Amino acid sequence: MKDDDARNPEPGSGVTRRDFMKISGIGVAVPLLVGPTVVNAAGEDVTIHGPGKVPVELTVNGKKLSAQLEPRVTLLDALRDNFNLTGAKRVCDRGVCGACTVLMDGKAVYACAVLAVDAQGNKITTIEGLTEGDALTPVMQAFVDHDAQQCGFCTPGFIVATTRFLEQHPNPTAEDVRHGLSGNFCRCGTYDGIRAVALANKQEGRAS
Amino acid sequence: MSEYQWPDPATRPLLGKRISRVDGPVKVAGRAKYTYDYNPAGLLAGKILGCPYAHARITSIDTSAAEKMPGVKAVKIIQTPGTEIFWAGDEVVGVAAVDEQTAEDAIRAIKVQYEVLPHFVSDAEPPNNVGSEGGPISRDDFEDMEDNQVPDEQVIAAIKKNGISFKPDDKYLKATQESGVDPKVVEALRNAKYAEGKAATSPYKKTAVQKQGDPDKTFASAAAVVEGLYGASCITHCCLETHGAASEWTGDKDLVVHISTQNLSGIAPQMAEPIGIPAGNIQVLQQYVGGGFGSKFSVDRWGITSAQLSKAAGGKPVKIMLERAAEQEVAGMRPSDFARVKVAADKDGKLVAWESRSWGTGGIGGGGTPPLPYIFEVPNQRKQNVAIATNQGSARAWRAPNHPQAAVITMGAIEDLAAKLNMDPYDVISRNLELTGTRSRIYRDELPIAAELMEWKKNWHPRGDKTPAPVKHGLGLSLHTWGGRGHNSDCDLTIHPDGSVEIKMATQDLGTGCRTVITIVAADTLGIPIDNIKLLIGDSRYPVSGGSGGSTTTGGVSSSTRRAAVDARNQLFAAVAPALKAKPEELEAVNATVRVKSDPNRSLSWKEACSKIGAMPLTIRGKNPDKAKPPDLTNSGVGGVQMADVSVDTETGIVRVNKMVAVQDCGLVIDVKTAESQVLGALIMGISYALYEEKILDPVTGRMLNPNMEFYRLAGIADIGELKVHMMTGKGYDERGVIGLAEPPVVSPGAAISNAVANAIGVRVPFLPLTPDRVLEALGGEPG
Repeated sequence: MKDDDARNPEPGSGVTRRDFMKISGIGVAVPLLVGPTVVNAAGEDVTIHGPGKVPVELTVNGKKLSAQLEPRVTLLDALRDNFNLTGAKRVCDRGVCGACTVLMDGKAVYACAVLAVDAQGNKITTIEGLTEGDALTPVMQAFVDHDAQQCGFCTPGFIVATTRFLEQHPNPTAEDVRHGLSGNFCRCGTYDGIRAVALANKQEGRAS
Repeated sequence: MSEYQWPDPATRPLLGKRISRVDGPVKVAGRAKYTYDYNPAGLLAGKILGCPYAHARITSIDTSAAEKMPGVKAVKIIQTPGTEIFWAGDEVVGVAAVDEQTAEDAIRAIKVQYEVLPHFVSDAEPPNNVGSEGGPISRDDFEDMEDNQVPDEQVIAAIKKNGISFKPDDKYLKATQESGVDPKVVEALRNAKYAEGKAATSPYKKTAVQKQGDPDKTFASAAAVVEGLYGASCITHCCLETHGAASEWTGDKDLVVHISTQNLSGIAPQMAEPIGIPAGNIQVLQQYVGGGFGSKFSVDRWGITSAQLSKAAGGKPVKIMLERAAEQEVAGMRPSDFARVKVAADKDGKLVAWESRSWGTGGIGGGGTPPLPYIFEVPNQRKQNVAIATNQGSARAWRAPNHPQAAVITMGAIEDLAAKLNMDPYDVISRNLELTGTRSRIYRDELPIAAELMEWKKNWHPRGDKTPAPVKHGLGLSLHTWGGRGHNSDCDLTIHPDGSVEIKMATQDLGTGCRTVITIVAADTLGIPIDNIKLLIGDSRYPVSGGSGGSTTTGGVSSSTRRAAVDARNQLFAAVAPALKAKPEELEAVNATVRVKSDPNRSLSWKEACSKIGAMPLTIRGKNPDKAKPPDLTNSGVGGVQMADVSVDTETGIVRVNKMVAVQDCGLVIDVKTAESQVLGALIMGISYALYEEKILDPVTGRMLNPNMEFYRLAGIADIGELKVHMMTGKGYDERGVIGLAEPPVVSPGAAISNAVANAIGVRVPFLPLTPDRVLEALGGEPG
């Protein structure tokens, strides 16, 4: 079958742009197990996974976790559905609201906007990975003390974002906070408390 | 003083203090499990196919391809061919599959054909002389009348004259009466003539003109009259956790449902009939909920569908959480309300006449009726409302239904009238407080406090900032009210012989601090630390407590908990008295001891005391209301004042909130910390709907153009300005009892901000949200 041939090109085997479109098209529900391949498309080397489920290995909170996932599965859905790390939430599902914020190699990212296959090889830290046992981090404790939460659904994302923000801005100004934490939305209206956390945290606010 | 009465400040170690919410640590650590987080082994992912048309009839459904797909475990047709659909996104087919990706593919493989019908989605001002005056009264109309406290005789007369377009059964009539509606009104409903709903020829339904006094004569002779246009657009609830449920059959006739809800105790009764099993066989569970704001009272079609799909899939758990687009399109909407208003005052600024023609939509059922004029009982009035039926997901209760819109309309008109009189609106409002009835005393207390926090007298200027810079500065204010009486609540409090205390209640904590309030009341009454109490909520098998709507929860759960704790304490005293050689009534529970009031050295530790109850735990049921155990511990009718300080860039039309002040009463405050959070949150939600939020419908397709969170904009941390909250406490407030707080502070922000913008730029921007285009359009009439 031509499609099968096209799906198993040798690296650098000169798959055409047209073949690439076919390969990456969805709806070809054929079970298949192949490793990723690299093709040149539009002048760029592109890694192709799947279609169908592929083995994915992620490094999350210091542990290696693996699963068979379709390439379209986001890092967020993999964390939640496959590894039961449900602290990060799916709210807008398109990189707007920040409820799914996790750290990737120490940087805050929207886990709904990263594919699980693309997060392989990066160190992922979720809200669950910020604590050990029952102890809270100083940022978490400050959220409790300032009552910077109501329903709590946006809170894990905000805590990860605030943790990273305070690493970068140990002595933030009000303006720093306005810019640095504007990537997360809350519906209950807890920003006043979060702002107080960020500004009060100058001394004690080292993230764990 | 009754022993159930809330204790005096001197004898309440926890009540009325600042205490961190008890579920704070589990939430910040990311360990709080929401319905959306329910993820047992073998969970199937449920998805819903919605109708893409705003008005259509289903002609055929072909699910065969989806059913054959590997990994698809169940397909359920929700609405069959022949069914008329009245809004886009309405649920047509549900599927359950091994994972979300497979379920999404299955949804795409379903073929539904529709006969597309004409739709109508505009809530623009109705043309003159339209509408079916005095058509039959719908259930929404009736409930609106009750919500807005239309006098009983008027409601009865309207029911008799027009008939009703719904068929209230005994259950509904009973519930209506229990909710406080006068029995005479319920009787009128029972005897009402059933009339088919209005013909679909006109989307406009006009209420009868309501008139009192002599508005025409008063307008003719008044010192000042202004006319204006005011209102607020449709917005959504935009709960961060979308609506949804996970259902699982644990036996042939036993169903467990995890659901994102504000109404835990009310879900099983809604499911019994459609699912076909006794309500008692349905266990409903929820520990945490990611927002509701009034939109999560119903089990909804997706809840029913998750149970049906689970049944079809052999009982395996099926979880359906709405996609964000569906959440925005069908799962929550606050009706729009707009009005043309004419208002008049005498030369001292006393309101003498009001006339309004209002309109708005709440989806296919019409719309709400804003209680106009808001708060002020103006002596001479004429008003009429047109409800517009539109093809969009139906309105759901949105924090303080109809009040924010009524406040924007009324406070805007009064502010404009003050400007015409060259008076400070603070003075005009102060002079009219007697028109607010019983709450005038509260407003009179609150206004000077708000003014001081805002430095109103120093910072206010007459209408139109005359400084030359393009950024103009202004102040505005608004007043509001709400009921907030505690709902029905049962509470079981158990003291174990080892001294541990456990409370069970089938309630929910929306983030309002419900858990914290219950725990504080019990710990305060029993004289033990908060940590000593294990609180169990979120399971329908616990004692029934009301839904969390209308700011009724805090009053309800605190009252039932107080009665349970007082009775438990008395029984404990009876068991302990012999050991302390005292009479039970001579004992007190303080600082984790039970001791003799007159001789505190004769005491037992809490643990020792509890060991005297014997081998079996002691369980007491507390109730609210409970006439046998007076006094009434909850109350109704709060007052609040808010002020806004804004900057308006007249070149870009961008409005920024610099500062907001909220002074709020809610009777006895149980926890100042979480109460302040409620008010702060309401201010922020108010800034959000005042400046950014709008559900925009495309007249061509009938669909929502911004069913997402990038174009349906919520306020962010950069948008909120400085926020000051002052809770009224102490004498005059504590003794009123506990009153709910979630609705009232969200009423005024839109009105206060709108007034501040008018004060800044010298013209009224009629409708919320005050987007740059609307601001620039309002400025367009001004030179320069």
